[in-house]
Amino acid sequence: MSTPYYVSPDQIWEDKKVFVDRGIGQAKEVVVLEYNNGLLMVAENPRRTIFKVSEIYDKIALASTGRVSEYETLRVVGIREAEVKGYTYYREDVTGKWLTNLYSQQMMAIAQAWDVKPLEIELLVCEVDGEPDVRSQIYKIAFDGTYEEMEKFAVIGGRAEAITEKLNETYNEGLDLTEAMQLASRTFEAIEVEESEPYQITPQSIEVGCLDATNGRRKFRRFTAEEIAEIFNHAS
Amino acid sequence: MLKPDDYGKTDFLQILKSRYPDQVADWNRLNNVQDGFPHNYLEGTTVLALVYNDGVILAGDRQATEGYQVGERRIQKVFKIDRHSAIAVAGVAGPCFETAKLFQVQVEFYEKMEGTSLSLDGQANYLSSLVRMNLSLAMQGLIVLPIFAGYDLKQKKGRIFKYDALGGRYEEDTYYSIGSGGKDARSTLKKMYRPDMSEQDALTAIAEALWDAADEDIATGGPDLIRKIFPTLISITEQGVSDISDETVEQLFEELVSRLGQL
Repeated sequence: MSTPYYVSPDQIWEDKKVFVDRGIGQAKEVVVLEYNNGLLMVAENPRRTIFKVSEIYDKIALASTGRVSEYETLRVVGIREAEVKGYTYYREDVTGKWLTNLYSQQMMAIAQAWDVKPLEIELLVCEVDGEPDVRSQIYKIAFDGTYEEMEKFAVIGGRAEAITEKLNETYNEGLDLTEAMQLASRTFEAIEVEESEPYQITPQSIEVGCLDATNGRRKFRRFTAEEIAEIFNHAS
Repeated sequence: MLKPDDYGKTDFLQILKSRYPDQVADWNRLNNVQDGFPHNYLEGTTVLALVYNDGVILAGDRQATEGYQVGERRIQKVFKIDRHSAIAVAGVAGPCFETAKLFQVQVEFYEKMEGTSLSLDGQANYLSSLVRMNLSLAMQGLIVLPIFAGYDLKQKKGRIFKYDALGGRYEEDTYYSIGSGGKDARSTLKKMYRPDMSEQDALTAIAEALWDAADEDIATGGPDLIRKIFPTLISITEQGVSDISDETVEQLFEELVSRLGQL
């Protein structure tokens, strides 16, 4: 008769963390920055139809990194639940904090299940104009559903720590759209140390979206490569 | 929370029906209340649309009636749907607004899910099914009649769609008007419409049509110069949907009144 095996909860949890860290370690980063009109989201992403940044509801957007198929599912859940809530009650009642809790519960349930692999993703729930006197909110959600509220900027993805350190030195309040976009792309360029040539961010190699508080009901806007190029040209 | 077979569903109404059925109006219950039918409901009156050289203008008066009484003076019957489309509704107010709200949510839902907007024809077809949903209401004489208009980015022109109570969808190339004063407004538009009108000419024609509708039809509200309530006008062009400001509308009617005074 075989002995039932025992694995300590510590060990299981540790294994899951190592597994997820390995996955997310390779994931490209998304940077979210507060600028004078709202929040700017910039991701290193040369793909033109598979997005890391997307619209959820009027004031809310989602930035995600890791496995596309996994965050895509959560994106769809978010849009769907937001629409149902806004339709049932009132559009204002759909908030970033509510969506963060919804995602957190989903991700926690999956991370704690013993027979399912945890999600290899990280999310940033972004919101502008949510509360009076608060310009913007960013919630960072880890694979196990734990989340924290970020101030001014947030980064997810493999080299999030290095980018955060860099931004701690370089970020200033009151950036306009162009300055914020330049700061994000310069930061991506600065942390790329493995390339022998100087690493260059081009309008085609990044994905940019923003939540602009002046945009009427639907605050989200996605920038095309041409629009990004125009903003960069205008600046230089 | 999300089953794999749910994933591809881009129809918001189907999600409501399957998971939140209480949120969907079930007009079929009406069939059982034929005798004791309540009569205190609001009815919206005249809405119209006109194609011009840059796109299309959609408009509606601001009054709703309750029997022979004014039920509401400031009601809005024109709703933006996406960046290049809008709807104006005439008929029983409650279901009208419900239809407009559901339609707007559905179109936006599709856009976010798919990452691309629903085509103008796709939107027009979907609206058919929403109007058809109100069939049992229509059988009681409680009709919801929308005009749907938008700028077609592929065909590069403004387009108008009208509907009948059974969900039939018909395209109009020029202008259309519906509601209690719809026929009067249509007569005016018929006389004033020209192919390739400028925006100013189109606005003038719309103002005159609204005036005539209010003049001939007791249910349609004209411009209310004392309370400063003016009909809603919006234009839809390649640049998107934009409101015509109250000041512009006021000026249109002032010009119209002085023109009529000289006759």
